[in-house]
Amino acid sequence: MQLPMALLEFTNKGIYCPPADVYIDPWRPVDRALITHGHADHSRWGHQHYLCSATAAPVIRYRLGHINLSTVQFGETTTINGVRFSFHPAGHIVGSAQIRVEHKGEIWVASGDYKVAPDGLSEPFEPVRCHTFITESTFGLPVYRWKPQQTVFEEINDWWRQNQAQGKVSVLAAYALGKAQRLLHGIDDSIGPIFTHGAIEKTTQVMRKQGVKLPDTQRITQQYKPDDFEGALVLATPSATGSNWMRRFRSASVGIASGWMALRGTRRRRAADRGFVLSDHADWNELNEAIKATGAERVAVTHGYTNLFARWLRDECGLDAWEADTEYEGESLDKEDAENDNDA
Amino acid sequence: MKAFANLYTRLDQTTKTNTKVAELARFFDQANDQDRLWTVAILSHRRPRRTVNTTLLRHWAAELAGIPLWLFEESYHVVGDLSEAIALTLPKALSSNDKGLTYWIEYIKALDKLEEAEKKQRVTDAWMQMDYTERLVFNKFIMGGFRIGVSQKLMVRALAKSTGIDENTLAHRIMGNWTPDKTTFEDLILTKDPLEDVSKPYPFYLAYALEEGPEDLGAPSEWFVERKWDGIRGQLIVRKGELFVWSRGEELVTDKFPEYHPLAEILPDGTVIDGEILPYQDGQPLTFNDLQTRIGRKNITKKILEKAPVVLVAYDLLEWEGEDIRERPMKERRALLEQLLDQTETHGIVLLSERVAFSDWQELEPERQNARQHHSEGLMLKHKNSPYRAGRKKGDWWKWKVDPLTIDAVMIYAQRGHGRRANLYTDFTFAVWDGKTLVPFTKAYSGLTDKEFREITAWVRRNTIDRFGPVRSVEPAHVFEIAFEGIRKSTRHKSGVALRFPRISRWRKDKPLREANTLEDLHQLLTLYEEGA
Repeated sequence: MQLPMALLEFTNKGIYCPPADVYIDPWRPVDRALITHGHADHSRWGHQHYLCSATAAPVIRYRLGHINLSTVQFGETTTINGVRFSFHPAGHIVGSAQIRVEHKGEIWVASGDYKVAPDGLSEPFEPVRCHTFITESTFGLPVYRWKPQQTVFEEINDWWRQNQAQGKVSVLAAYALGKAQRLLHGIDDSIGPIFTHGAIEKTTQVMRKQGVKLPDTQRITQQYKPDDFEGALVLATPSATGSNWMRRFRSASVGIASGWMALRGTRRRRAADRGFVLSDHADWNELNEAIKATGAERVAVTHGYTNLFARWLRDECGLDAWEADTEYEGESLDKEDAENDNDA
Repeated sequence: MKAFANLYTRLDQTTKTNTKVAELARFFDQANDQDRLWTVAILSHRRPRRTVNTTLLRHWAAELAGIPLWLFEESYHVVGDLSEAIALTLPKALSSNDKGLTYWIEYIKALDKLEEAEKKQRVTDAWMQMDYTERLVFNKFIMGGFRIGVSQKLMVRALAKSTGIDENTLAHRIMGNWTPDKTTFEDLILTKDPLEDVSKPYPFYLAYALEEGPEDLGAPSEWFVERKWDGIRGQLIVRKGELFVWSRGEELVTDKFPEYHPLAEILPDGTVIDGEILPYQDGQPLTFNDLQTRIGRKNITKKILEKAPVVLVAYDLLEWEGEDIRERPMKERRALLEQLLDQTETHGIVLLSERVAFSDWQELEPERQNARQHHSEGLMLKHKNSPYRAGRKKGDWWKWKVDPLTIDAVMIYAQRGHGRRANLYTDFTFAVWDGKTLVPFTKAYSGLTDKEFREITAWVRRNTIDRFGPVRSVEPAHVFEIAFEGIRKSTRHKSGVALRFPRISRWRKDKPLREANTLEDLHQLLTLYEEGA
């Protein structure tokens, strides 16, 4: 189904642009990599040159160390071998981008991970017209439909207050990059003190430094005694909530904020006390809305319910849609755990 | 139904028994009598029967959501629960409602006689005035599969807390054939039944498993040994000319076992026997499977009685001539039991649990190993001076089960689980070698940790060869040890065998693929251990 002269190709190293000889979010080491955002499955080690949006850069630098990295502003065009590249907000996390690729009148957009509803923190998603759109499908089934984020934050605030009244610490599990800062931004910080797991504090510091305004937090260290956490909210990595790290709290209620919490089965499997349905990925309606807004006739479906979502787009929306194999992971409840454990 | 839906959410948010009981008790405190009675009915397996079939519900939900049926079906596979899948897929409600639980249950019952178009209209109307949880609960009522993580026992405890009436008394009051439209909360729950003291059971004494051998238990002469039967533990009570049978779950199951009914006249008043409800025919026990076919049934038909008749294998005597003798030593109670059964003609309804004769512990090991030949699960060891205690206690009684049979097999198909494990590959098909080909012989579900399930799920996603609906065939690469309780010949399976209670006992990461067992090994087990042979 894929055209022979495709502007972007799915290779075993990543999404490749032959005329420019660059890759987008490659998963094997390459010479030139255009990076949509700083999550580990999209920005990896070992490339010779990196290019990303200016606001995504600090976190990528922090995570990958000394790399050869250049940045562009959103909307700014960079030309490589006659191919025009520009970055446009994807609304997924701060700095996350869709990458628009234009060559001889042909326009493709690789959207990485995205979410359409504004979260007040990330640059809001911007629809980009194109001929071919590469979309994720993490939550590409009609059972995934998010409530307005305000409603979810009210649920989290209520849970926190209730735990506080019962003398419990509220431990909320979230990704160190993205979800944790979105939670910090959205919760009512007048309820009580907020503590963070080391991995979360570090990323948060990086974002504060680039000018993102977030409430005050205290990084958890050995010096704190159980009494210090009274009435507090603790942001922890998903792996920390299942480990010895939790022993420092006398009595805790554990919550998880993730799109997967929409399903009762997943909620129960995670053995958390509460699941909050909050995702940095587009839900079913947003995916469809976003694809429509691009005006694209061809859609490559990557990570998620790829085969089902592609079939939906083909059979029901009349688009030329196909499944594309990548090594992106979307919203995994366990992802990042390994790398974050070292930061605790 | 808001209050009930709210209760559902709160019960779902906790795994703690005390919190569940407290939430339910609070609901009982606040609900009206009709809703209370329906709640008791629902939580004691007295749900209204299904009035709309699930195929129709799927079609209507997909249509309402504006998605093709295949997409709905795929979503359902991912969610793992049809009620939930529908509740998640339907469009936003157009309005809300303040009708109670009873209203909606009557609404569902009234669907029964309607034409399909009318049913559709009414179900759609209901859906469009409910929020997510109300829809979930409503769907579960329609489909008749309502489970809320609260056993009948917990419900009774909550009811006791709310009404101040003793638990055993309530357990008695809610037994038997009643429906909420034929009685009231006042009559059923709050009014004293003259028979209730008569039916009261004793708490069961349960044994712990003996992990090591029995050598440390002291002198063999101090112990009784009996066979451990694979039926349902039960307590049979005859008082004031009435018979009551309680199961270990402390449910009154008198109606389910008509075989025992003549005992009301045969056994003397004031007799309580602890024993095993065992399917039994032609002088030998049937399998637990045979018993299972009749447990869930509301009506015990003649056919079932012929296919899986039960006896009571008597273990112990708890009450004799109206006196509670649980504190007397085991050997005395046993002597009285033997005397009772000796003097009473029960027409084979009650059998004495035979003692296994032995003089030193070593003689018992082969008895345990050979348990399968007797259709038993192993041995029970009881100290001769033990009282009959309440609940699971260590020390005086031990169960010593036969080791499961095992075989090392290769995983060849994987399927996603349901409910709690809906997003994980948890259901696997296993194969053994027949020369160079792999022959599937069993499915197994449980046995791995959640962590292992996540690991194998990630692997399955990356190593799928082919998909058949929800099933994936995978690269043969992993060897698992499969444990099972029995093996039978089967003409339905390519392998020629069927296993009983197969489960994964461990992931043999240490074992190369070629070293998994063969079909010949499996048939050898069949020759050795075939059930019923």
